Amino acid sequence: MISGLTTKKIDSIEFGLLSPEDIRKMSVAQIVVADTYDEDGYPIDSGIMDPKLGVIDPGQRCRTCGNRVGNCPGHFGHIELARPIMHEGYAKVIHKVLRAICRECNRILLTDEEIEHYQKLFKRYPEIGQKTATLSNEILKRAAKAKACPHCEEEQLKLKLEKPTSIYEVGEAGSVRLTPIDIRARLENITDDDYRLLGINPEAARLEWSILTVLAVPPVTVRPSITLESGVRSEDDLSHKLIDIIRINQRLRENLDAGAPQLIVEDLWELLQYHCTTYFDNGVSGIPPARHRSGRALRTLAQRLKGKEGRFRSNLSGKRVDFSARTVISPDPNISMNEVGVPEQIAKILTIPQRVTEWNIEEMKELVIRGPDRHPGANYLIRTDGRRVDLRFVKQRSVIADTIEPGFIVERHLNTGDIVLFNRQPSLHRMSIMAHEVRVMPYRTFRLSLYVCPPYNADFDGDEMNLHVPQSEESRAEARVLMRVQEQILSPRYGGPIIGALQDYISAAFLLTRKSSLYTLNQVNQLLATANFEGSLPDPAIIAPVPLWTGKEIFSMFIPEGINISFKANICRKCQTCKKEDCEYDAYVVVRDGKLQFGVVDEKAFGAGEPDSLFHRIIKEKGPTTARIFMDSVGRLLVRLITDRGFSMGLNDVTLPHAASQRIKRILSDADAKVNQLIETYKRGELDPNPGQTLLETLEQRIMATLAEARDSAGEVAGEHLGLENAAVIMAQTGARGSRLNLSQMAAVVGQQAVRGERISRGYVGRTLPHFERGDLGARARGFVTSSYKSGLDPIEYWFHAAGGREGLVDTAVRTSTSGYMQRRLMTALQDLKVESDGTVRTAPGRIVQFRFGDDGVDPSKSDHGRSVNIDIAIEKVLGKGRMD
Amino acid sequence: MPKKTSKKSTASKKKTTKKTSAKKPAAKKTTKKAAKKSTTETKKSVPKEAGSAIAKHMEKRFDTIREERRLPPSVLEELQTKVSKLDITKKEFDEICDNVIESYERSLVEPGEAVGTVAAQSIGEPGTQMTLRTFHYAGVAELSVTQGLPRLIEIVDARNNPSTPTMKIHLKSEIAGDRNEARSIARNIEMVLVESVASNVSIDLLRPAIDIRFDPELMDDKDLTVEAIAEAIQDKIKAKGEVEPGDNMIYVYPANESLAELQKLSEKIREVRVKGISDVTHVVIRKEPEGYVLYTEGSNLQDALEIEGVNPHKIYTNNLREIFQVLGIEATRNAIIQEAMSVLNEQGMDVDVRHIILVADMMTADGTIRQIGRHGISGSKNSALARAAFEVTIKHLLGAGIAGTRDPLRGITENVILGQLIPLGTGAIDLLMNPQIPTFSKKRKKTKA
Repeated sequence: MISGLTTKKIDSIEFGLLSPEDIRKMSVAQIVVADTYDEDGYPIDSGIMDPKLGVIDPGQRCRTCGNRVGNCPGHFGHIELARPIMHEGYAKVIHKVLRAICRECNRILLTDEEIEHYQKLFKRYPEIGQKTATLSNEILKRAAKAKACPHCEEEQLKLKLEKPTSIYEVGEAGSVRLTPIDIRARLENITDDDYRLLGINPEAARLEWSILTVLAVPPVTVRPSITLESGVRSEDDLSHKLIDIIRINQRLRENLDAGAPQLIVEDLWELLQYHCTTYFDNGVSGIPPARHRSGRALRTLAQRLKGKEGRFRSNLSGKRVDFSARTVISPDPNISMNEVGVPEQIAKILTIPQRVTEWNIEEMKELVIRGPDRHPGANYLIRTDGRRVDLRFVKQRSVIADTIEPGFIVERHLNTGDIVLFNRQPSLHRMSIMAHEVRVMPYRTFRLSLYVCPPYNADFDGDEMNLHVPQSEESRAEARVLMRVQEQILSPRYGGPIIGALQDYISAAFLLTRKSSLYTLNQVNQLLATANFEGSLPDPAIIAPVPLWTGKEIFSMFIPEGINISFKANICRKCQTCKKEDCEYDAYVVVRDGKLQFGVVDEKAFGAGEPDSLFHRIIKEKGPTTARIFMDSVGRLLVRLITDRGFSMGLNDVTLPHAASQRIKRILSDADAKVNQLIETYKRGELDPNPGQTLLETLEQRIMATLAEARDSAGEVAGEHLGLENAAVIMAQTGARGSRLNLSQMAAVVGQQAVRGERISRGYVGRTLPHFERGDLGARARGFVTSSYKSGLDPIEYWFHAAGGREGLVDTAVRTSTSGYMQRRLMTALQDLKVESDGTVRTAPGRIVQFRFGDDGVDPSKSDHGRSVNIDIAIEKVLGKGRMD
Repeated sequence: MPKKTSKKSTASKKKTTKKTSAKKPAAKKTTKKAAKKSTTETKKSVPKEAGSAIAKHMEKRFDTIREERRLPPSVLEELQTKVSKLDITKKEFDEICDNVIESYERSLVEPGEAVGTVAAQSIGEPGTQMTLRTFHYAGVAELSVTQGLPRLIEIVDARNNPSTPTMKIHLKSEIAGDRNEARSIARNIEMVLVESVASNVSIDLLRPAIDIRFDPELMDDKDLTVEAIAEAIQDKIKAKGEVEPGDNMIYVYPANESLAELQKLSEKIREVRVKGISDVTHVVIRKEPEGYVLYTEGSNLQDALEIEGVNPHKIYTNNLREIFQVLGIEATRNAIIQEAMSVLNEQGMDVDVRHIILVADMMTADGTIRQIGRHGISGSKNSALARAAFEVTIKHLLGAGIAGTRDPLRGITENVILGQLIPLGTGAIDLLMNPQIPTFSKKRKKTKA
C-alpha cells in the first residue's frame, strides 16, 4: 500500500496506577538475585537480566514470546518488597489525604451533610463545565482543619511531611513517624466514594497503591547493557539501581526472617526507601543523588522523561525520520525558485515507492534494469506478496525486471520533477519548510535559488539544509498544492511577499532601468534569450543612428499586462514636495498596464519582504504562478546583465579627495573641541542638567549628541564626493546591500563605539586604557574612533571597536535563546487553536476563543498587507485608471 | 493611513461583540447595534445628494450589505466614503460592490487553518531580530521604558509587576492648556517621601527624638507645609510617637525610647509618603498638540483616576494587571493588543494585528489574564500528555495517574506523540472512500461486465 492510510485510530488514553495484583499479573519473572551474568556470560535466572524479560543480544530468542531482537517488546518482571515503600512522587498527595481523613475510622473529616453537599456539587460541576479538581482541593483543605472526627469523635493529630518521604504524627508527647505500613493501612480503609471526593479515581488508582509492596522491573529492552570493545559489559543506570534495590531487599528480608533487632530492620528499611526513591527520581531535593562509581549522578526514570533530552521532547514530540538528506547549500541563479538542485549521489539513495501499473510498466522495468548504481534507477522492488528485493544483490537485473507485473512497487531513485520538502533550522516560521521540485545535478551540494534565501534565512557561508522525500501520494499532493515555494511567497505575518529579489538582483535592476541605460538589438536579444523570453520586441526608443531600447522597455516585457501601480523607489530623496512623475532622480515609479513608464526598479519594487511593491501587486492580481515566472525570468536576465556589465567595489569607491578628508578632519577636531568645552563646563559645575538627569548623565548625553552630529556631517561630506556612479553608493541607495552609514564609516569616520548604549567607560580604575589619564572624559578616551575603515584604525581605536563588536556578538547569542523560549511557549499555548467550519476559533476541547478570527475573519496571508479588501483597486478595476484621482 | 483606522475600528467593535457573546453565544443583536451605530456616524460624513436616484440606490445597497453582514464595518465604511466621492453610474456602483464583496470573501480564513500556530510563529520569528537592549528613551527623554524583546516577554508573561510601569495622563479639556494647572496636578500625583524633601534626618539622643530638617527650596517646589508633613507622619506612626512641628523642622518623640526603636522609627519616617500617590516616583510634564500631558514613572491607575483635574477617559498605563483590576478584562484585552503592537512597531517589525488579537483573546478568554506558559494557558491544558511534553513532565504524569484522567487526544502534541494525523488543516477532515462500493451507475455496469 503506497498511502499510509490509517484506518485505526487511538481514541483516548486512560492514565492510572498499577495495583500490586496488576504488577504480579503482568510479570513474567520474580527477580530475587542481585546479579546480572554468571561467569560464562549467561544471564542468571531470576536475576536482573533474566532471559524471560526479553532479548537484547542479536540471534537469541525471547524465552517468553519467542521473538528475536527487533520484534520482542520486552516483558516486565517484579520484585516482592520485604516491607512496603512509599513512592516518592506521591508523598505530597498521601500527606494531603492523610490530613483529610480520620486517623481512627479513616473517613473524610467532614460531617455527613457536608459530604452529601459536595457529592451533589460533584455531579453538578461537570455539567456546567467546571473541573472537579478545584472542589477536591477545597475538601482537602476544609477537612484538614477539623480538630476531631465528626464520625467517631476521635481527636485528630497534626501531620508533618518531611521531604521526601517521611510523615510524622505530631502529638503532645512528641512526634511519631508513621511507617508505610501504618499509612497503607489507613489508605486501604478509605471508601471508594471518599476517594472520589478527594480527587482520586478509585477505578484507575487507589492511593494505597502508591505505597509499593511489589516493584515492577522494566524489561531489559528498556535498559540494554552495552558491550564495550574490551568485552566488558556495561550496565544501564536503571539496572544498577535495581541491583541495589534487590540487594537491600534481600538483606531486609533475611534480617526480618532472622528476627533481627528493630533498629537494624529500620535502618535497612530506610535504605531500601532511599534506593527506591532514587530509582524513580534521582533529582529529589533533600537526599543526595545516587551516583555511579565514577561519581556521575545516575539517570533514573524521571531523568529519562524530563527536559529537552528527555523521552517526551526528544523522542515523542520530535521523531527521527527516514528518506531525508542533509548537505551544504550553494546558490544557483539559473534554477527556478520552485526548484532545488539535488546531488546525484543523494538522488541515488533517496527513493520514491512507485506502484507498477499497465501504463508505466515499461518505464519501471527500465529503472529496475538500470539498478541502484546508475542514476535514474531503482533500489528495491517490492512484490505483490510483500517480499522486498534488494537490487544491489541481484546479479541479473534484466531477469527480475521481466517478472515485474502491475501491482509491484518499485522504489525508484529520486528524479528531476519529484516534489520534496526542504528545510533549514531554526524552523521559526512555516516558510522554513517549503516544497521544491527536484533537479538532479552533479557535485555535492544542494543548489537553491537566491529568492528563497530570505524565508529560510539562509546564506552560503557553510549553511546546511535538510531534504525530506514524501512517500505517499497524498503527502506529495499536499506538498505540491500547499507547500510549494510559489504558494508561500506571501507571508502570513504581514500579508506581503517575503520572497523577493536581493543584493545583486536589485543593483542590476537599477542599472537596467535607470534613464541612461540603452541597449542595442544584439544586447537586447542576448538578455531576452537568457530569460527565455518568448514574444516580439517592442519598438525601439531610439531609432537612429542605431535602434536602441531602454532598460525600462526590457523590464516592462516581463511585467504581466494589466498591472497598475505607482510608488516611490528606494532611491527617493524624500524631498519636501514630491514632483511625482517629474522626479529628477527618476525615483517615482509608475507602472501602467504592465509597462514601466517612469522610475527605476530597486528594492521597493521587488525586494524581499517589501509589501505594497510591484511584485506584491503582480502576485495579488495574477497569482503565484505568474509571479514566480516573472521573478525567475527577470532574475536570470538581471544576473546575465550584471555579469556582462560587471559590478564591483574597491578601495577607489571609498577614497575621498584630499580636500574632503581635510574638511572631515576639521569637523572632527571641531567636535573634539566642543566636547572638551562641555567637559570644562561640567568640571566647573556650570552645566545645567536636563530635567530628571544627573549632571554626568547630561554631560554624557550632550557629548554623544555632539559626536553623533559630527559623524553625520562627516558622512555628508563623504556623500558629496561619492556619486551615483559609485558602486557602493548604488548598493546603498537601491537597498541592495549596505547603508549610507556603512559607507561613511568606510570613507569618512567610524564613529562612537558603544557598550550598553553608553560610551565605553570601564577597564582600568577611572580610565578605559592605560594610555589615558584618570578621569579623562574626552572623545578619544571613551571610544570615539576618528579613523575610517579605509584609513585603518590605530591600536586604541581597534580595541574600542572590538569591545563594541563583542557586545553585538554576546547580544545575539543571548537573544536567540530567550526569543526561542518565548516562541516555544507561544507555540505550546496556541498550537491547538483552529478555525472551525462555522468560522469560530476554538481550542482543542472546543472552547471558543474568537467568534471570527481577527475580528473580521480575514486570513492575513490572503490579505493585502493587512487590509481585507483593497478598495482602491476594486474601484480601479471597474472604472479604469483614467477616472480615478 | 486606511490601515490604521481599520485596525482601530475592528478592535473597538470586537469589544462589544465579545462582551455579550461571553455570556450567550447569540451575539447577533449587539453586533447589529454596533454596526448601526457606526453607520449613523458615517452617514453624516457622506454628503447627501438628496433626490438623486443613485444616492438612494447606494444607500439601499449599503443597507442590505449591512443587514446581511457581507462586509466588516470598517471595510464598508471605507467603501462608502470612497464611493461617495466618485461620479459613477448605477451599474458601475454595483460592479464595485460585487468586486469588494468577492475579494473580501476570497480573503477569509479557511476552516481547519492552524491560526494559533501561525500567530505564534508570526510573533516569535521577529523576536530573533529584535534588540535585547532593555531601555529605550521613548518619547520623553527622561523616562526610560522597557522595549523590545524583554517587554514582549513581559506582556505575554502577564507579569504582576512590569519592570518599567508608566502612565500617560491627560488633563481635563478645560485645563489642558494651562501649565500651572498641569504642574499642580503633577505635584498631586508625584509621590513625595519625607526623605526627599528633608535636608537631614537625624537622631537627637539628648531629647531623645528624631530630628527632621527640611530644605525650604524643595518644600516650596513640592508645595508642602511642615504641618502637612507632620500630619502625614503622625498618621503613619500612630501611637508609636508624638510629632511636634517646628519652623522648617519636625521633632518626633518616640513612645519607646530605646535606641533600637529610635533607629527603626527614623527609618520608617524617612519612607513616609507625604504627598502624591504611591508608586509614582516621577512625573514629567510635556506639551503636546492637545495640551499638557503628564508622563509618570511608576503606575497606580486606581489612585490616579481619583486625582482632581485628570481626564479619566484618556488615562493610560502600561501595567496590564492594573488595567485588569480597575477596568476589567475587555480593557485588558485591548491593552495587550495595544502594548504588543507598539513594541513590535517600535522595533520596526511588521506583524498583522490579527495575530496579536488572537494571543490577547487566548490570554483573556476565561475572564482573567492567563500567562502564556506553564502557569497559564499551557499549564491548564486538558491533556496530561501535552502538559508533560511542555514543562514539569513528572508532576503532570503522576497527577494524571492518581486522578485517573482520560485523555481524549484532541490536541496537537498528543497526536504527534502517538504518531497520528494531527487535527489541523488537511488532518482535521475525515474523508474515507470505500472503493468496493461504486457510486456511479456507469462504473457498476463496467464492474459487472
